[in-house]
Amino acid sequence: MKPVTRIHSRTAVLADENIDTDRIIPARFLTTTTREGLGRLCFHDWRYQADGSDNPAFPLNQPQAQSCAILVAGQNFGCGSSREHAPWALLDYGIQAVLCSELADIFRNNALKNGLLAITVSEGEHRWLLEHPGSELAIDVRGEFIELPDGGRIAFQLEPFARHCLLHGVDQLGYLLQHADAITRYEQQHQEQVA
Amino acid sequence: MTAKTLFEKIWDAHVVAAESTDTPAILYVDLHLVHEVTSPQAFTELRERGLKLRRPERMLATLDHSTPTLPTAANGERPYANDEAKAQVAQLESNCREFGVALHGWDSADRGIVHVIGPELGVTQPGMTIVCGDSHTSTHGAFGALAFGIGTTEVGHVMATQCLLQRRPKTLAIHVDGQLPQGVGAKDLILHIIGQIGVDGGTGHVIEYRGPAIAALSMEQRMTVCNMSIEAGARAGLIAPDETTFAWLQGRPQAPQGAAWDAAVARWRRLPTDAGARFDREVRIDATAVKPTVTYGTHPGMAIAMDAPVPPARNAQEKRALEYMQSQPGQPMQGMPVDVVFIGSCTNSRLSDLREAANVLRGRRVASRVRMLVVPGSEAVRRDAEREGLHQVFTAAGAEWRVPGCSMCIAMNGDLAQPGQLVVSTSNRNFEGRQGKGARTVLASPATAAASAVAGSIADPRDYLVEVAA
Ligand code: SF4
Repeated sequence: MKPVTRIHSRTAVLADENIDTDRIIPARFLTTTTREGLGRLCFHDWRYQADGSDNPAFPLNQPQAQSCAILVAGQNFGCGSSREHAPWALLDYGIQAVLCSELADIFRNNALKNGLLAITVSEGEHRWLLEHPGSELAIDVRGEFIELPDGGRIAFQLEPFARHCLLHGVDQLGYLLQHADAITRYEQQHQEQVA
Repeated sequence: MTAKTLFEKIWDAHVVAAESTDTPAILYVDLHLVHEVTSPQAFTELRERGLKLRRPERMLATLDHSTPTLPTAANGERPYANDEAKAQVAQLESNCREFGVALHGWDSADRGIVHVIGPELGVTQPGMTIVCGDSHTSTHGAFGALAFGIGTTEVGHVMATQCLLQRRPKTLAIHVDGQLPQGVGAKDLILHIIGQIGVDGGTGHVIEYRGPAIAALSMEQRMTVCNMSIEAGARAGLIAPDETTFAWLQGRPQAPQGAAWDAAVARWRRLPTDAGARFDREVRIDATAVKPTVTYGTHPGMAIAMDAPVPPARNAQEKRALEYMQSQPGQPMQGMPVDVVFIGSCTNSRLSDLREAANVLRGRRVASRVRMLVVPGSEAVRRDAEREGLHQVFTAAGAEWRVPGCSMCIAMNGDLAQPGQLVVSTSNRNFEGRQGKGARTVLASPATAAASAVAGSIADPRDYLVEVAA
């Protein structure tokens, strides 16, 4: 994973609550066997009309939302399935951070493991962000704050290990593999369970 | 010794390295379940890094999501939805061969939905940690196992190290007091619970379902309840193992036998939450107040008794959901015309579910406007159902009897509803487009689904069961 330290972008807003992983990438596209190229399928059934043209009512199709890398989403974004295709699709679509007052557990996990900043802020700050699409923000991973256009700051907290991995591009599988001896010891001590 | 919850006992027994402020715990995984959709990228990563599976014997793979539920053609071709689905299944077959994983593939007598076959084979056991690249892994919590869904990157972690990096979740006790009324089942209960606590009511928590109404449930019903824990946002759902659990497991192919069985049961008896143990949160639910319950919107938290009026939209998103569903605020869901009925999925495709539906359908016909699909959860369920003649009840009523798989639960194998059609479904998700682009899903119990098929509109199964009894 490439290190992620700072993201600077205008925001795009999808205010709906409970945007589930089927809306982020519909299940019928999960027959893929790679991680690549899922951006064109991101939000597919919301983003395109029946004839394949862009749906003008989809907020991210608005001209002012183009090239926004920070998505402000309604509460409980990413609920539903464990498909990692959701963060893969978002990243490939150009989204590098999702800001929300609450995020579904598995989605948050999957996102951070792929370098997609999944960040929760307080309800009040969330409301402000929802009401101000197009805000120019800078997200600082090291300092754990979001810089607002007026110079104000919103503090956030990342799980410390996830933050460390983002900042240094740490490969979590590599970290786990370093504990092979401890795992072997565990297996030896828990024979009955691990028989 | 301090009193511990069931969750804490399982968690503590699986910590390889304790968590600290800077690092999550390293948690050992006893059983890793695999299917074709969320595993290919993980196998690829292992291959690229030159890694092996640490404990292939602790893995179990099956084909369920992309698989056709129509029989093989005369020329031996399976009717896959498309070439990609076919290639995905072929890839799991070759990955399992290459890495030495036991696969319940097309030629297995035990193939089926991953969360149906794990328990059936007795691989799912109390006190275990169980993971799968699939959010409904929570199903296995019915046995008092800590079971949860993971992403594909983590699938790779477990393959290579048999471990996961995890922060300890919080605990939520849901006490279900009293007993469910006659004609009301586990599906009604869990829809009612999610309707009460909301789709994010369990976020960050592992739920333990407790109380007399839970203890009275069969294993199949407990699986239905735990299955939908993720629909409340919970990390996992658990029910303490008891005599019902042990009786169900004994004699299953991969359950311990003889002296090992006795030792295992002795161990499992120590798992239930100790008196005085504390949960981070507690909720009480009154089982006696639960009625046949259905969803009226586009997430499982939008659930009400089918005879209760649909509540008005409280915000723009609920308004959109009601419009999508064509639900009328102020009107009950009961009586709404139905186009498709689906009985299946890891929530409700076990033998008891099929019996429940067959009891309503026996001697009746599916309404002419309705297409009904019955998809058993596994080959074993299919065999048992056919031995009892249930398939004849379904086909005589005008329903289609299919080969096991996820089918219309996720609609990626070609089984799907058309835009605008209303599906009464025994599955677990009523998200927009989940059962086909533009399709409208109403989640319900097998009995409600069967009654609705006969009536041609959403119907109370108790009306049908009474008639038969009379
Ligand atoms: S039946 Fe549905 S919920 Fe269950 S594993 Fe299959 S797709 Fe997932």
